[in-house]
Amino acid sequence: MDIESRSQDRAGSMIAVSLKDLAVRRGDRTLFEGLTLSVGPGEAVVLTGANGAGKSSLLRVVAGLLPSLSGEVRFERGGQPLDPAEARARHLHLLGHQDGFRSGRTAADELAFQVGWCSGTAEAMEGAVRRLGLAALLPLEVRRLSAGQRRRLALARLLAAPRPIWLLDEPLSPLDARWRAEVGQIMEAHLEGGGLVLAAVHDPLPLPARTCPVGEAA
Amino acid sequence: MTAALLLLRRELALSWNGGGGPLLACGFLLSLAVIVPLGAGPRLDQLAHLAPGLVWLALSLASLLTLERLFERDFEDGTLDLLALGSLADEVVVGVKVLSHWLAIGLPLALMTLPVGISLGLAPGQLPLLALTAGLGALAFSFTGGLGAALAIGARKGGLLIAVIVLPLFLPPVIFGAGALVAQAEGRSPAPALALLIACTLVAAVIGVLAGAAGLRGSRT
Amino acid sequence: MRVTRPLVGPLWAIAAMLLAVGSVWAFRVPEDALQGDTVRILFIHVPAASLGLAVYASLGISCLFYLIFRHSLADAAARAAVLPGAAFTGLALVTGALWGQPMWGTWWVWDARLTSMLVLFLLYIAYAVLRGAFDDEGRAARAASVLGLVGLINLPIVKFSVDWWNTLHQPASLLRAGGTSLDPAYLWPLLLMMTAWLVLFLAVWLTTIHTEIVRRRVLALRARKAREDRHV
Repeated sequence: MDIESRSQDRAGSMIAVSLKDLAVRRGDRTLFEGLTLSVGPGEAVVLTGANGAGKSSLLRVVAGLLPSLSGEVRFERGGQPLDPAEARARHLHLLGHQDGFRSGRTAADELAFQVGWCSGTAEAMEGAVRRLGLAALLPLEVRRLSAGQRRRLALARLLAAPRPIWLLDEPLSPLDARWRAEVGQIMEAHLEGGGLVLAAVHDPLPLPARTCPVGEAA
Repeated sequence: MTAALLLLRRELALSWNGGGGPLLACGFLLSLAVIVPLGAGPRLDQLAHLAPGLVWLALSLASLLTLERLFERDFEDGTLDLLALGSLADEVVVGVKVLSHWLAIGLPLALMTLPVGISLGLAPGQLPLLALTAGLGALAFSFTGGLGAALAIGARKGGLLIAVIVLPLFLPPVIFGAGALVAQAEGRSPAPALALLIACTLVAAVIGVLAGAAGLRGSRT
Repeated sequence: MRVTRPLVGPLWAIAAMLLAVGSVWAFRVPEDALQGDTVRILFIHVPAASLGLAVYASLGISCLFYLIFRHSLADAAARAAVLPGAAFTGLALVTGALWGQPMWGTWWVWDARLTSMLVLFLLYIAYAVLRGAFDDEGRAARAASVLGLVGLINLPIVKFSVDWWNTLHQPASLLRAGGTSLDPAYLWPLLLMMTAWLVLFLAVWLTTIHTEIVRRRVLALRARKAREDRHV
C-alpha cells in the first residue's frame, strides 16, 4: 500500500499526492483510520469498499472540501512540497456526484463558466466538446440532458482545463459501454501525459490500476 | 480578475433568469406597502409620520426574503465545491456573490422604495435622500444577509433561521437610514446620520465578507 | 476540568450565602423618597442587566477561543453561557417593565437601555437557534462560534446606534438605575447583589460545562464500545 513514484505533468514539473495515516469522521462516525496511500504521476488508483465506507469522503478530503480527523494530505511537485491550497486551486479536478450545472441554463453557458472558472481556453473547450461528442447538446438546456450526457458534459471540463490531479467519484456509472471505453482512453491519455487518477468505483475501470480498499476492513 | 467577473456575470444571469429575482423582491415590497394603509388607515398625514420607518421595514424584509437562495442552491447542486477548487479566495467569492445580490436585487429594491415612500405620504423633496440611503442600506443588508446565509448553509428551516440571525445586525443601518430621513423632515441636516450609515455599510462589508467566508469553509462536509 | 471541579461546590455555597445576605439587606434598606418600595427592583434589574451583558461577552470570547484553538471546551463554555445569559437578560427586561409600570404607567418604554437589552436577548436567541440547527455538532459549533463573535463585535455598534436613535427621538421617559447619583445606602447592597449573582452565574456555568464534558465523554465511550462489539 505504500508505493512512491515520480513523473512529469504537462507543465513539465512532477506532482504527486500522498496520504499519511488519514482518519476521517462524518458526524459521530469514524469512517476509516490510518489510511496511507501515495499516488504518483502516471498512476491510477481505484478506491474500493462498501457503500458509505468513505470513498467519496476520502476524495473530498484530498480536495480540501472535508476536514480530516487526523493525518495529512501532502502534495509534492518535483520532490518539493507543494502548498495544498495552491495544489487544490490550480492542479486538481474533482468530479463528484453533483456536477454543479444549473438545470435552467444551456449546456454551452454552463460549460463555458466551468471551463473559464478553471482557467481553460476556448480552443481547449472546443476540443473537449469534439472528443466527448457534445456539439449537438450544447444549445440544449441542462435539464434536457440524460444522466450520461450530463456526465460527459462534466468530464469536458477536465479536458478543457488541463490539471494533473483527477479525483473521480464513480465517473463511469451513468455512461453506456461505448462511452465507458472512450472515457477509459481519455484517462489513459491523461496518465501518459503525467497526470494521476484517484477514483472511487463500484465496477473496475477500463484501464490498469492499483486498488486501495477503504473502510473499517482496511 | 477575470474569474471574479465570470462569477459575477453568471450570478447576475441566474438572478434574472431563475424566477425573476428582482421582480419577486419588488413585488413583495409593494405588497408590504399595500398592507400598511389597509391595516393602519389611509390618511396620508398619519402615514407620513411613519413613512421612513415603514419604508425601511419593508426594505429589510424584502432583502431577507431573497437571502436564502444566495448559497443554498449552489450548496445543493455542487457549485460551491467547484467554486472552492478555483483560484479565487473564499472571501472574494462571498464578496462577488453579495455584490451580485445587491446589483440584481438590492438596487431595484432601493429604487422601488421611491414610489412606496410616496404612497405612504413621504414628501417628494425627500426622495433623493431616500434613494441614496436605501441604496446604501440595501448594500449593508446584502453583506450582513450574506453572512447569515453563509453560516446557515445546509441548515434546517433555512429562511427563518437566516432572518433570526441577521435581524439584530440589520438594526444600525435601519436606525441611521430612517434617522437621516427623519432629521431632514424636521429641518436638520441628515449628514451625520448619512455618515454613520456609510460607516455601518463599510463595517458590514468587512465583517460580512470575513464571516461569510468562514461560513463557506464551515459548510464543507 | 480537574482544576475547576473542586471549585463548583463552594461556589454554589457562596452564591447562596451572598444572595441570602444581599436579599435581606435589600429589603431593609430605607425606601426611596419618590419611588417608594418599588426601587428595590433595582437590586435585581441592575445585576441582571449587567450580567446579561457580561455573560454575552464571555460567550463571545469563548467563541473566539473555539475559532482559534478548535477546543471543544470553548464550544461547551459558549453553549453553557446561553441559558443563564438569556435568563438574566429576560429578567432584566421583565424587571425593567415592572419598574416602569408604577412610575410612568406603561408596561414598556422604548428607551435606549431596554431596547438594547431586547437586542441582546435577540442575539442570545440567534446564537441558540443557529447552534441547534445542524445535525453535525462540529458544523453547528463552527457556525455558531462565528455568529457569537460577530454578535460581540456588533454589540457596541448596536448599543451606540440605539443611543443615537434615542437622542434623535427624545422619548418621554428615561429609565435610569436609581437616578443620576446612587445613594451610598443603595450602593453597597447593590454591589453585594451583583457579586452574588455573578458567583451564582459562575456556579451555574461551571456546572453546565462539566455536565456537557461528561456527556460528550459518555457519547464517545458508547460509540467506541459499539464499534468494538461489532468486531467481536
